[in-house]
Amino acid sequence: MVELEPYSETRPRPNAGTVVAYVLLAVGSVAMFFPFVWMLFSAFKPLQEIFRMNVLPHHWTLASFRQVLFNTAFPRWFLNSLVVAGISTVSVLFFCSLVGYTLTRLRFPGRDIIFLVILSTLMVPTEMLVIPWYVMSTQYHWVNTYWGLAFPGLIPAFGVFLMRQFFLTLPRDLFDAGRVDGVSEFGLFWRIGLPLVRPGLAALGIFNFVGNWNAFLWPLIIAKSASMRTVPVGVALFSGEASTQWNLIMAASAMAIVPVLLVFFIFQRQIIEGVALTGVKG
Amino acid sequence: MQPSSPDVRPREGDPSSGPGGRRRRRLSLSARETLWAYLFLLLPLAFYGFLRIYPAVQSFNLSLHRWHVDPAKRVFLGLTYYRELVADPKLHRALLNTLYYAAIIVPAQLVLGLGIAVMLNAVRRLRPIFRAIYFSPYVTPAAAVAWVWGWMYSVNFGLFNNAIVAWDNFVTHLGLPWIQVPTLAFLSDPRQALPAVAVVVVWQQLGFQVVIFLAGLQGIPRMFYDAASIDGANSLQRFRFITLPLLNPVMVFSVVISTIATLQLFDQVVNINFTDQGGPLNATLSIAVYMYQLAFARFQIGYASAVTVLLFVLILIVTLAQLRLLQRRVEY
Repeated sequence: MVELEPYSETRPRPNAGTVVAYVLLAVGSVAMFFPFVWMLFSAFKPLQEIFRMNVLPHHWTLASFRQVLFNTAFPRWFLNSLVVAGISTVSVLFFCSLVGYTLTRLRFPGRDIIFLVILSTLMVPTEMLVIPWYVMSTQYHWVNTYWGLAFPGLIPAFGVFLMRQFFLTLPRDLFDAGRVDGVSEFGLFWRIGLPLVRPGLAALGIFNFVGNWNAFLWPLIIAKSASMRTVPVGVALFSGEASTQWNLIMAASAMAIVPVLLVFFIFQRQIIEGVALTGVKG
Repeated sequence: MQPSSPDVRPREGDPSSGPGGRRRRRLSLSARETLWAYLFLLLPLAFYGFLRIYPAVQSFNLSLHRWHVDPAKRVFLGLTYYRELVADPKLHRALLNTLYYAAIIVPAQLVLGLGIAVMLNAVRRLRPIFRAIYFSPYVTPAAAVAWVWGWMYSVNFGLFNNAIVAWDNFVTHLGLPWIQVPTLAFLSDPRQALPAVAVVVVWQQLGFQVVIFLAGLQGIPRMFYDAASIDGANSLQRFRFITLPLLNPVMVFSVVISTIATLQLFDQVVNINFTDQGGPLNATLSIAVYMYQLAFARFQIGYASAVTVLLFVLILIVTLAQLRLLQRRVEY
């Protein structure tokens, strides 16, 4: 993000408005974060305490976590989510940058049309694709497979667009020089282009991992067997079956959220820059 | 990949080029570039053709046919399903609900998102922490979010009703029973359920809006504010006459993004009431949830496809409206 120094930062001392801003932001933060806090602490409560109003448990217990980990398929769902999010992230990073590179740094007939076609698929909502995808999946036996779970997100058009924007900022001379030095066409992309768009790759990769970890509609459709569910689908169906066992649902939710929150707090900057890039810079 | 003809083969013992070296040089530079480009695009183009464009076209196609597993036995129905759409009371309900959702979610996100972004822009210390807190619901799975909120809304044990009961006891002690508040049914009441779900959506999506507005605010050059200050504009005037007009494109983007997300509302609705999706009495039913029920619970594939085509058209209209609005840029 380009720091253009917003006007308010140069003021020497905090005025009344700034104090009000701090207070309002703090109040808002409590409202934004309280559900997380409550969920986390409730996961440590015994069942009889779950509907009491105390935030901190009187008796701390790991029983809910133990039950979710050992008596449900949760560990398997966790593995499935990791595999699907992992596969798609590797694919997205490689293919979106390769397409982005090709569409900016190589000159060939049909280039603009191809870009327009890819861009236009952005307007088609997932809801419109899931029915034909499901029909195809039953036909080719993709139901209950990792391929079936992962294929919709392998080369998102948004990623192509984002990486194209990054490659556009690189000077063409760089690649011409590499070509003169005898670097192969793939080498120009892999050894010269990719290292220079690392910030874009970081934003895209993290954003995509989180998006895939949270994906719900398609995994709900394609994972028919309990062992192929991802975390959001597994726990949603689990909450449908165990609607009164709130302590288990809270423990499962807490474990479902921890990986994304962890990724988010470590890579906060990249994620937020990625979001900012989606719209405002266009 | 490269055309090979016998006459371009390098002579044996030619020291100047390795095997194939001559051949490569014979191909013009631009032809070589084209070949490489299409080689790189081979798999991605197959992906887009087979898994994006073909299914989109197939959706239109399915909506015109009575569904059968065997493609040869699908009967062409023309626009029959679309005529049914027009007369379907449950679809009308889903469309009205979507309007209602949009009427709450879109303005709330615009005002709160802009307000929080302006405040974040005004504070210096703690800004990264505030930003992280406001953004964290956005990266949380909607399913997990819905469970916590569903629990907070719970009629007998939930946080909100517990707070209301505590308040009522407190004011009774004070001898002021007339400011008691009745407990609410929230998700179990057909009239309260939709706003309750809308609040969850706003809570979850707000962080995204804040970041978009923050990026927009940081793109406004400081000199505008300096010039206005010199001219004696107070902070309210600076906001009204500089920030708001210059943020116009960002606000249009924000409205469009939240409108499209509202049209596609699914995760929160399904998860907050998993045993009665879209209930009670279809009070929270969204277009996407209705489509899901039609296609994957009742297997009315053709009719469900017609619903998705309608959704596509609605999203297209919103997107085109955005392009129209963004062409009217504010010049300073």
